[in-house]
This record gives sequence, C-alpha cells and structure tokens, in this order.
Amino acid sequence: MSLELFTQYLFAGITYGIIYAIVAIGFNIIYNTTGIINFAQGEFVMLGGMLAISLNRVMPMPVAIFFAVLVTMVIGALIEICFIRWLKSPSVLRMIIITIGLSILIREAALHVWGDSVRALPYFIGNEITSVSLFGTKISPQVLWVIGTCSIVVVFLSLFFKFTSLGQEMRACSANRTAATLCGINTKNMVTLSFMLSAGIGALAGCVVSPITYTEYDSGTGLAIKGFTVAIIGGLGNSIGAVAGGLVLGIIEAFSISLVPLAFQDAIAISILLIILFVRPHGLFGSSEAARLKDF
Amino acid sequence: MAVFTAQKEHFSFLNLNWREKMKNLLTLSKKMMLVAAALTLSVIAPVLASAETIKIGAILAVTGPASFLGGPEARTLEMLADQLNQQGGLNGNKVELVIKDSGANPEKAISFAKQLIEEEKVFAIIGPSTSGETMKIKNIAEEGKTILMSCAAAEVIVNPVAKYVFKTPQKDSHAAQKIFETMKEMGITKIAVLSGNTGFGNAGKDQLLKSAPEFGIDVLISEVYDKKATDLSAVVAKLMANKDIQAVVNWSIVPAQGILAKNMRQAGWDVPLFQSHGFGNIKYVEAGGAAAEGIIFPAGRLLAPDVLPDSNPQKAVLKKYIADYESTYGEQASTFGGHAFDAFKILCKAIAQVGPDKEKVRVAIENMKGFVGTGGVFNFTPEDHNGLGVDAFAMWTVKDGKFTILK
Repeated sequence: MSLELFTQYLFAGITYGIIYAIVAIGFNIIYNTTGIINFAQGEFVMLGGMLAISLNRVMPMPVAIFFAVLVTMVIGALIEICFIRWLKSPSVLRMIIITIGLSILIREAALHVWGDSVRALPYFIGNEITSVSLFGTKISPQVLWVIGTCSIVVVFLSLFFKFTSLGQEMRACSANRTAATLCGINTKNMVTLSFMLSAGIGALAGCVVSPITYTEYDSGTGLAIKGFTVAIIGGLGNSIGAVAGGLVLGIIEAFSISLVPLAFQDAIAISILLIILFVRPHGLFGSSEAARLKDF
Repeated sequence: MAVFTAQKEHFSFLNLNWREKMKNLLTLSKKMMLVAAALTLSVIAPVLASAETIKIGAILAVTGPASFLGGPEARTLEMLADQLNQQGGLNGNKVELVIKDSGANPEKAISFAKQLIEEEKVFAIIGPSTSGETMKIKNIAEEGKTILMSCAAAEVIVNPVAKYVFKTPQKDSHAAQKIFETMKEMGITKIAVLSGNTGFGNAGKDQLLKSAPEFGIDVLISEVYDKKATDLSAVVAKLMANKDIQAVVNWSIVPAQGILAKNMRQAGWDVPLFQSHGFGNIKYVEAGGAAAEGIIFPAGRLLAPDVLPDSNPQKAVLKKYIADYESTYGEQASTFGGHAFDAFKILCKAIAQVGPDKEKVRVAIENMKGFVGTGGVFNFTPEDHNGLGVDAFAMWTVKDGKFTILK
C-alpha cells in the first residue's frame, strides 16, 4: 500500500470517525446526567442541518447556523419538558422506548415540513471540487472544518464539565441524584440543560457535515446507530473515549475496504459492536467498576 | 335493522290504539322500503358504473425513497386522465384512476396488487416505479390475468417474457450498451463499476458485467455500496490507487450519484464518470454542483427536445408533454414522469382500438408498432414487451450546469 493510499484511507476514516464521535458525545452528555440513552440524538443532527439549510435562504450562513443550533436546543429542551420531566423514576426500558418513539415522531414531522428531497448546505470554503493537499493526499477543506469543530467541542466540554459550576453541578447529578438534590442543585433543570447541550452539539455537527454527506429527513437514523456503537465502544459516558472510539471505528471501516468488498462496511461496524458487547461491555476506555454501579 | 325494530315494537304494539298502530305500520313499511331501495341500488350501481368507467390502477412510489420516480409518475397520470375525461374518455367510457402509494416498499406493492386485482377489479395496473417492486408482483399480475405496465427499468421484468407484463422505460441492458459504445469511441478499455445495493443498482451491475466483454471492455473492479452511504472517499481512494482504470461507471440513485462525483473530484481524480439513466433530472446536477460537470450518461430525448431536428417524430410529443406538465404542476418535467405518460397512452390507444377486453388489449399492445412516446419509438412484439431499442437513448453530458448532447 503506497503512502498516498494509506493517507487517503486514513483521512476518509477520520472523516467518518469524527462524525460518529460527535453523535456519540451527544449520547454521552444525556447518559451522564440522566442514565437515559436518547435514541433521538440522530434526529438532532438532522434537524440542525435541515434548519440551517432553510434559514440559509434568508440570512448569511454563519447566522443561519447559529439560529439553527439555537432552535434545535429549544426543541431539545421542549422534548425533555414535555415527555421526560414528569415521569417518576422510569425504568430504563421505558425511557428507551419513549426516545425511539420521539425519533420516529421528529422524523415524520421533518418529512412533512421539508419533504423528502436531498439537500446540502453550501461548502464553507470553495465548492464541491475544491481540495487542499495534505501529507500527499487531497481532501476537501470541509473535512478540516469537521475535524476542527469536533476538537473545539471536545475541548469546550472538558473545560465546561471540569471548571464551570454549571458543569460540576451536572456531574454531581450523574454521580448521585439524591445527594445533588440535598446540596441544593435543581436536578430537574440539569436534565433539561443536558438535553439542550446535547441537541446543540448534534445540530452543530449536522450543519458542519451537511455539505459532505447531504441531509434528508431520515439521515438521522443511520447516524444514531453508528453514534451509539461508538459510544459503547468508547465506554458510555466517556467523551474522550467517544472520540477515540469514533476514530477507531472510522479508520477500521475505511481500511477494511482494502481487504473485503465495500458491501460489508456496515456489517463490520456492527460486528465490532457485538464483539465489544460480549468481551468488554463497559467499552475500551470505560471502567468496569463504574459500569457495575450504574443501572444500564 | 328494520327486522330488529319491528320485533321491539311488536310487544308494545298490542298496547296501542288503532291510530298509533297505523302510524307504526307506516313507519315500518317506510323503513323497509328504504332498505329495499338501498339494497337494489348497491347491486345496480356497480353494474351501471362499469358500463361507464374503465378503472385503471396504479402502484407508484409517490412518497419515500423513490418519490423522485413515483411523484412525477402519479402527477402525470392524473393530468392525462383529466385531459382524457375532458375530451370524452375512451369511446365514451370515462377513465377512473386508482393510485396506490407503495413508498417503494415491495411488501406494500404486493398487497396493493392483490387489492387492485381482486377487490377493485381494475382493468390494468400502471407501475410500480421500482424494479424491486415490479419483480415481486410480476407473478401476481400474470396469475390475475391483469395487464401490468411497469415504469421500472430492469430488463428481468420482460426477460423472461410474461404474457401480461410490459414495461415502458428503456432497458438497462441498452443503457449499458450505449455506455460501452461511447467508451469504445473514446478509446476506453479498462473500467471500474460501482453500484448501490438496490434492485436497480444490482440489475444494472449485472447488465454491465454481462455486456462488457462483448465490447472489449475489461471491468477491473466492481464494488457495491450501501444505498444510504454518506461518503465514498475510501472506495475512491482504492480505485484511484489502480492506475489502469480509465473510467468509472456508477449505477445508483440519489444521493450517491452526487456524493461519488464530489468525492472523485475532491480527490483530484479526473477520469470520466459515467452514470446510469437514473441521472436524468436537473436537480441531481444542482446537487452535484461543480462536481457534476462532465458526467456522461444515457437518457431519453426528453431532457432537451429543442436539440432535436423538427423531422424527429418525438419532438412534438415531448414538447407538448413538457409544456402541459410544467404549466399544470409548476415543476420541471423528468424522464421518469415520461414513463408513466408512455404507459398510459399505450394502454389507452389499445383500449380505443379494440375496446375494454383484457385479452384483446393485451394482444393489441403486443402488436403495436411505431408508437411515438417520450422514451422513444415503441415497436412491441410478442417476444419484446418493452419495444425500445438502443436508439431510444441519446448520450448526454453536463456542461455549465445544463444537459447537452455528447458530441
């Protein structure tokens, strides 16, 4: 394998991997605060992209993206307030079914509003055929935008959870809900905030990848499955693990093409998920003790 | 219902005086008359109706992943049925369309086919929109002795020939042939084939691999990708590494057509990209943007009838269809709606010739020659239930964001 081919596979893998990682981070934030797996996460990504495309017609792109993220965050908060907040100690299974139902609801609403045409945001820099040369291979500048955005999001989240009081309050909620309430933290609002944060991150990801992958009403489903896979691989709740897991999965998928036919690409991703679930269910980077303490 | 009420009244009937008895008797007989009238009408009405209207069923993917096929097809059928009925119908018989939305789901297509044949008792079925669905209901139509005019592309729909099954789109085998003929002219001998894992993609791939040796073309790599794939840069990298590949043929539906074009040009790979005849809609050129420049694909002449000489018999038919469709629906006409146009017009021509008899119409279609449609000029035979040849295709390319004939 020549160096050029190797680098091309690597960048293709990194592109896929970063997209999965951002969705996985969204899963992790909500899981951390509430113990819920939010299967509507993929729909937040789709909504971000679709809203930005619609708003882009009446305002310049950066403003459109900003408002798309904002509206998606509001939608995330509304979902939490309407469907999740008033449930009293729901079981995990019940929550999963509810979020799956929500994802179907959002998808059909999107179909109704935007129809089923395939759209895309314009490329941030250049157009469909511009490319930059990097390490001997040519990639689209949009890929660099995706990598850059994801890195900034990961750094921001680490700082947020470690140093700001709001972030620490959210971590307190996830560690022990009752103790957090006793400390005077409004756990109900923390849950809403986690949904908003998750939705915002998903929406931003949707905007940034839209020029590469196109956006349509059901582009959320496939992403949710891959994102969930990556979240499991990296250890549920571990954001750095999500990024690492995403890169691992993306690179394996990309390099697998050199060995097996392309048709098996999705099968490989699911096989890895199954192997991890059998052999090391707390993920590559999760800790087994922490996993034992949680319900899920 | 009248019987129950009568029994209820009977017990108190004897307690009433004679005036009230008469009133009850009258109400009772009124009720019975109404019931009798309703029963008679419900038996007579369908008999009356079938003498007046010809029911034509349609199973189309109006919504869902193939709506770019089914939407224009359904709208074309509605437009044509309205036009026909306004002009008096077929020999005085009005045409009634029963359109079912299968959403490109083969299971739904099967249940709709059974419903249309057994319950609605339609004269013929137009559609389905996709090759996968058509293959699933081919036997149902054949056993139900109902004419099926499919709007899907795969050759296996009419090969082996089923007596009642026809199709109006050009054959994917001829599309492959047209592509290879063009490649020979361009001096291309080694290619790669990519296809999406849909019925259409798989059928196209089979045709390409089968015909390539006849034209001296060597398929070096053939890969299938998931129809929902969002990025193909890894497989582009793999193909690029093989310096012998002179051209790439892609057989898929949206959005992969645009994604592949973008990935190839972003990677700096300039080899010619051939697409299937599924590329024939200007929206895909817009979706591909600058990456769509130079894509070569075969399609019917509906894409730009103005480049045809006036002596071409298709020109007038195409221009009228495009003008009607765009003024009725305010959107650009596509080759896919044209397939439904051809199906409807062929069916109606046969019915007008021999009357609404399924067997006679079937034979009439089988022997129809020189029918000028949007897809081409149809010449049916009992062995050829498609009627179109390689010349139904012209070779197109994209220049400055518009379709032009390839020189």
